[in-house]
Amino acid sequence: MRSLALIGAVLALLAAVPAVVTSNVVLNFLVFALLIAVVGQGWNILGGYGGQYSFGHAVFFGTGAYVTAILQARYGVNAWLGLCAGIAGGALVGAGIGVLGFRAGIKGPYFALLTLAFAEVFRIISSVSPITGAGVGTLLKLDLRPEAFQFQSRVPFYWIAVGFVGVSLFIAHAIENSRFGAYLMAVRENEDAARALGVDATRVKLAAMTLSGAMTAAAGCLYVQYFLFVDAGIAYGPWISIEALLAPIVGGVGTVLGPLLGAVVVRAFGEATKLVTGDAPGLDLVIYGVVLVAVVAFAPRGIAGLLSRWMSAPPVERQRG
Amino acid sequence: MLSPVILVSAVLNGLMTGAVYALVALGLTLIYGVLHIINFAHGALLTAAMFAAFFAYKLLGLDPYVAIVLLTPLFFGLGYGLQRFVIGPAGHGEDRNILLVTLGLAIIIENALLYAFRADTRTINLPYAFNVVEIGPAFVAVPRLVAFAAVVVVAAVLWLIMRWTDTGMAIRAVAKEKMGAELVGIDVAHIYAMTFGLGTACLAIAACLLIPTYYVNPSAGNAFVLIAFTVVVLGGMGSVAGALLGGLFVGVVESLSGLYLGESLGQIGIFVMFILVLLLRPNGLFGERS
Amino acid sequence: MAEALLRVEHVSKHFGGLLAVNDASFVAEKGGITAVIGPNGAGKTTLFSIISGFQRPSAGRVIYEDADITFHAPHKLARLGIARTFQIVQPFAGLTVRENIAVGAHLSCRSRRGALDVADEVARAVDLHPQVDRLAATLTVAGRKRLELARALALAPRVLLLDEVLAGLNPSEVRDMIPVIRSVADRGVTIVMIEHVMQAVMQLAERIYVLSEGRIIAAGTPNEIGGDARVVEAYLGRGAARRMTDRAPRD
Repeated sequence: MRSLALIGAVLALLAAVPAVVTSNVVLNFLVFALLIAVVGQGWNILGGYGGQYSFGHAVFFGTGAYVTAILQARYGVNAWLGLCAGIAGGALVGAGIGVLGFRAGIKGPYFALLTLAFAEVFRIISSVSPITGAGVGTLLKLDLRPEAFQFQSRVPFYWIAVGFVGVSLFIAHAIENSRFGAYLMAVRENEDAARALGVDATRVKLAAMTLSGAMTAAAGCLYVQYFLFVDAGIAYGPWISIEALLAPIVGGVGTVLGPLLGAVVVRAFGEATKLVTGDAPGLDLVIYGVVLVAVVAFAPRGIAGLLSRWMSAPPVERQRG
Repeated sequence: MLSPVILVSAVLNGLMTGAVYALVALGLTLIYGVLHIINFAHGALLTAAMFAAFFAYKLLGLDPYVAIVLLTPLFFGLGYGLQRFVIGPAGHGEDRNILLVTLGLAIIIENALLYAFRADTRTINLPYAFNVVEIGPAFVAVPRLVAFAAVVVVAAVLWLIMRWTDTGMAIRAVAKEKMGAELVGIDVAHIYAMTFGLGTACLAIAACLLIPTYYVNPSAGNAFVLIAFTVVVLGGMGSVAGALLGGLFVGVVESLSGLYLGESLGQIGIFVMFILVLLLRPNGLFGERS
Repeated sequence: MAEALLRVEHVSKHFGGLLAVNDASFVAEKGGITAVIGPNGAGKTTLFSIISGFQRPSAGRVIYEDADITFHAPHKLARLGIARTFQIVQPFAGLTVRENIAVGAHLSCRSRRGALDVADEVARAVDLHPQVDRLAATLTVAGRKRLELARALALAPRVLLLDEVLAGLNPSEVRDMIPVIRSVADRGVTIVMIEHVMQAVMQLAERIYVLSEGRIIAAGTPNEIGGDARVVEAYLGRGAARRMTDRAPRD
C-alpha cells in the first residue's frame, strides 16, 4: 500500500539522521520531538480518530513515567520491565477513566473536563504522596547500560525513539484500515447513527482510550529514561496535556503522520521562542495558545489537511470548446 | 472534636465564599445557556480580572469596591470582543473547534499573565480587610459579608435585565430557539457577544469582591474555574438558580473539607466532587448538542 | 397468511406528564411492507425509537421472531437483523459515501477490503455508485436519503425501519425512490415505514396503521384506510371529516 511505503520512507529518513547529524543539540531536540509525537499519536487515536477530545492526557504520560521510575528507584525492577509496567499502567488508567466516563454517557466538553479533573487529581496526589517523592520528585540512578535502558550517547536513545514512533505509526495505520477504525470513526462522526449500524459505541471508545493510554504512557517511560527525573509538574502538568493535543491538531487530526508532523513543528516553535526570548516562563505556552487558535481558525485539518488540499488542487482547466 | 463554633464559622464562611463561586458560575452558566459552549477560558479571564483589580488598587489607588465601576464595563467589552471577533469566527460553529479555541484563549491569557507578572503571589492590604462582624456564635470578615450582599444584588440586576430589557429578551429568545430568533431579525452574533460580555462582567465583579481577602497569581483563577464548573454541572447547565444554590453548597462543602482534610487535600475534595457529579448526574440532561 | 416477524404489543411511553404513545399495537408481516401514518406529533418517531432500542417504553413489549427485544440496545438489534433510518438524516459527514456504507457492511465483514467491496455493491443497488468517492457532506438531500437507506441495507437486515425516508424530496425524487424501496421488499426484507407522502404509502404499503395522539385509531389496507372517516378527522379535524362524509360518496 502506498501509505505503508510512505511510513517506511519517513522512518528510514528519521533513522538515517544520526549518520549525518552529530550535534547533540539537534539530537536532543529530535528525541524530545519524537517523544511528543508518540504522546500526540496516543491522543490522536482517542481524539483524532475517535472524536473524544481529552484535555488531560498528562494523566497517562505521568502514570507511565511514575510507574517505571518508582519501580526502578524503589524496588530495583529492571528498566525494560518497568517500561512494560508503565504501559500497562497507562492502559489501566485509560480503561478506568473510560469505563467511568463512557458508561455514564460523558461526551464532548464534559469528557474534556473529566480528563482535566483526573489529571489534576493525579498531580495533586503525586505532589504530596511519599511514594512519588512528593514535591521533590523521583530520581533515577545513573546506570549507563543498555540493560538498564540507559546509554552513553544520545544516538541509541534516538533510534529507540524512532522505534517507538514507528510502532505508533503502524498502529495508527492499522486502525485506519480495520473494522475497529471504521467503527471508531463512525462513532466520531455520529454516535447514534453508528449504534444503529451495529457499533457497540461504548466498547469501541473504551478500547480506543485504553490503547491511547498505553501509547502515551510508553512515551512517559521513555521520557524518564532519557531525563532520569520526574516530578508531579512534569508528569501530570498542563504542559504535557497541551502538547499532547497541540501536536495532532497542528499536524492534522485523524491522520497517521499528523502527530509526527505537528510534534516537530510545535517543538520547533517552542525552541525558537526560547532562543529569541530566553527562558521566561509562560511565553512558550502563550505561543502554543496562539498557534492552537490560529490552526483551528484557519487550518482546522492541520498541516496534513493543507498538504492534501495543495496536492489535489485541480489541474489547469482545459480549453472549453 | 471540632467545636460547634468552628463548624458554624466554617459553614458561614463557606456560604460567603460560595456566593462568589455562585457569581463565577453564573457567568459560566449564562454563557452555556445561550451559546451552548463551555467556556474553558473562564478561569483565565477571572485571573485577568483579579490582576486588573490588583493593579487598579496599586497604580490608581482605587478601592476594589470602587474599581467595580471601572472594571465591569471594561471586562464586558473584553468579553464581547473575544466572542465576536475570536471565538465566534475561529470556531466555525463547530463544537469541537469552539472547545479548542476557548482552551487556546485560556492558555494564552494565563501564560501571558505568567510571563508579564511572574508566578509571585500578591495580595493587597486594605484597612478594613480584617474587620469582623458577629453573626450568632461566629465571626465573619466584613469583605465576605459585602461579597455575599453584592452577589445577591448582581443576581437581582441580571434577573431584571433578562426580564425587562430588550436585550435580555433577545438573549432569552436566542437561548431557547436560535433559528427562530434569527428569523425574527435578532442579530445572533451580537447577542452571543453580549451574553459572553455579561459573563465576563460577572467575573470582573467577582474579582473585585475576592481581592480584599484572596491572593493573586497567574493560576488563581484556575482554582475557581473547576469549582465553577462543578457548581454549574451540579446546578444544571444553563440554570441560574442552580448556579446560585450550587455555589453556596459547594462553598460550604469546600470549607468543611478544608477543615477536615487540610489545604492541599481539601483541593482534591473539590475535584473528586466534580468527577462524582459528572459521573452520577443522569445523562441526557446534558451532553453534546446533536 | 404470512407470519408476523415483528410484533409491537401495547407499547406506551410517558415523557413526564405527556403520553406520547398510548397502548399502541401492530404487527409487521414477514416480507411485507407495513406503513405507519398519522399527523405530526402523533408519536410515530417515538414508536420507532422504542422499537429500535433508542428509548425504553413505559409499558408494553416488542417481539421479534418470538424473542422479546424490548430492552435491547440499538447495536444489538442491528446485529439481530433490525435496521433503521433516521428522520433527520445522520450521515457520517467526514467520511465518503463508500466509507459510510462500509460501516454497515462491517457487521458481516471483518476485513476492510471486503466491507468496501460490499459497500460498492450496495451503492449500485440504490443508484448511488457515481458518488461513492464523494464526502457524505457534499450530497444533496435526496442523496443523503439514499445513503441513509444504503447504510441500513449494508447490514443485510431482515427488518428495515424507514423513518420518513421520502421527506424533503421533490415529486420526481419521490418517484425515483419508490421502486428502490419496492426492490428491497422484493428481496425479502420486511419493511415498516413511517411516511407522510401519501402517494408512496398507497402505492407501496400492503397494510397501514394510523397513529393519532399516540393511539392506533385505524388499521387496514390502503383502500380501507382511504375511506375511513376517523383517519380524515385525525389529519384534517372533525369539521373536514364531517364535510367529507356529508358529500355524496365517491364511486
